[in-house]
Amino acid sequence: MSIEIKNVNKRFGDFVALDNVSVSIPSGQLTALLGPSGGGKSTLLRIIAGLESAESGTVEIEGLNATKLPPQKRNVGFVFQHYAAFKHLSVARNVAFGLEIRKRPKDEIRERVNELLDLVHLRQFADRLPSQLSGGQRQRMALARALAVQPTVLLLDEPFGALDAKVRKELRDWLRRLHDEVHVTTVFVTHDQEEALEVADEIVVINEGRVEQIGSPDELYDQPANDFVMKFLGPVTQLGDRLVRPHDLHLQVGERDAEAVSGRVTRVTRIGFEIRVEVSTGDQVVTVTLNRNEFLSLGIGTGAEVQVRVAPDVPAVVRAAA
Amino acid sequence: MSSALLVPDRPAASRRRAARGGRRLTRVSGLGLGIAMMWFSLLVLIPLAAVVVTGTSGGWSGFWDAVTNEQTAAAIRLTVGTAFLVTVVNVIMGTLIAWVLVRDRFPGQRALEVLIDIPFALPTIVAGLVLLSLYGPNSPLGINIANARPAVFLAFLFVTLPFVVRTVQPVLAELDKEAEEAAMSLGASKFTVFRRIILPSLTPAIAAGAALSFARGVSEYGSLVLLSGNLPMRTEVTSVRILSSIENDNVDSAAAVATVLLVISFAVIVILDLLQRRMVRRG
Repeated sequence: MSIEIKNVNKRFGDFVALDNVSVSIPSGQLTALLGPSGGGKSTLLRIIAGLESAESGTVEIEGLNATKLPPQKRNVGFVFQHYAAFKHLSVARNVAFGLEIRKRPKDEIRERVNELLDLVHLRQFADRLPSQLSGGQRQRMALARALAVQPTVLLLDEPFGALDAKVRKELRDWLRRLHDEVHVTTVFVTHDQEEALEVADEIVVINEGRVEQIGSPDELYDQPANDFVMKFLGPVTQLGDRLVRPHDLHLQVGERDAEAVSGRVTRVTRIGFEIRVEVSTGDQVVTVTLNRNEFLSLGIGTGAEVQVRVAPDVPAVVRAAA
Repeated sequence: MSSALLVPDRPAASRRRAARGGRRLTRVSGLGLGIAMMWFSLLVLIPLAAVVVTGTSGGWSGFWDAVTNEQTAAAIRLTVGTAFLVTVVNVIMGTLIAWVLVRDRFPGQRALEVLIDIPFALPTIVAGLVLLSLYGPNSPLGINIANARPAVFLAFLFVTLPFVVRTVQPVLAELDKEAEEAAMSLGASKFTVFRRIILPSLTPAIAAGAALSFARGVSEYGSLVLLSGNLPMRTEVTSVRILSSIENDNVDSAAAVATVLLVISFAVIVILDLLQRRMVRRG
């Protein structure tokens, strides 16, 4: 295990940011800390980096007890949401900063900086100032700067949060590919479940200062530990006392069977390839999503009588909290 | 995977440069520029030119004689030297005070924040009186620097205190704390973070404050005239010297001294600007 966090507590005044958190983060993988804003995930990342100190508990990085180490001594690379560029230095000197601090020979620095700028595709912008770059380029510069010192772990705090949707998606793919090339243990914080599911090898779901669940994207999606995780990872709807994903519900017309619930279609909305059907079962409104073909073959519309049932072999079902 | 695909390069910088050279003024902006230049000329350029003309009306030798007059030269040395020293002190102390005001939290902070401006707001002769009663012959502290050179230094310090504080403070407040954290996680010590990340961002503000502080020092009259005693060759500053020249009907000599001060002040502003640019580039 590359990063071992044991029983970490952190409070800001009366606000409990982290409540007895213990997490093991595996070496060489891309791990996401996922959760809603204010849930404590950024605080945890900053505690790993030494930018924040825990009130109690320990942090181990690659077997070394780092709990009391200052950020300078932890050998972590940190990437901030708002880039934290050194505005008065050129792109190349931003990337060189950590190496200059370590007083490496000039030739070595130049070589390493060029290598990194090639890696993040910014070679032709080496002499520009950060203010002359776009947001996506600035974030790639920040990443190169963090990688320059060959950190044992790379920490990214909402790295794509300040970018627009299109650039965010491109950088996400790019980060995944970069990680496959560089293989440094990477932890990134995000509140975007799609981002976590798409990029991460492992996801730690954090809410209200506690770890809700740790697992691979498949495990989290298919076997959510509780209804918070289930709700946070994707759309849910409730049928009876069960939480279900809307695409795991089937609609049928005609004979009612034992497992199905009868209802009336109250609303049909089409969003591109998917059709969202709302069915009133008397005391509940259940949302069912179908694709276009399924919907057309049912031949239903608003006001139609239908049967709703949970598809067979759906693992993502838990009892809703009363 | 190419970077052009990810984020296209923007040739904005070069385009902007081209536009600036070729652009013509619109009627409104032309009028605005005209008014601004006229205003500036009436208030600043023409009076300055008049002083220079008067100062050099006696020819080069007349100018040179006026400036190298033993008493005048002593006044210029004292004024410029003291203003320089005071500026150095202000650069350090002003930055420190701004730091404390922005980065620390302590009781009475708001009060201090307001009190900093007192030397701005106080009529300088009142400042002179305050200094005289505290550091004069009847000093309750037992410190008597009346009629001595430290009086000039102290008076300069008093009136120039706010300049660096007030120019540095807003810049410091706007600094990106995350850049400092990034530098720290890259291995930079607190001192290195200050020298390589914070200081380059503050340098333009410090230079601006230093220029103001120097200029104010050179021109100071009211706050020191009571305490320094205006002793020729010892504590007489140029503003006092200029006044006494005029009282003795020697306008040419007064203008000559004024011209020297003008040149020195201008040189200081230019040098500070160059220094500041170099500091920022070096990082």
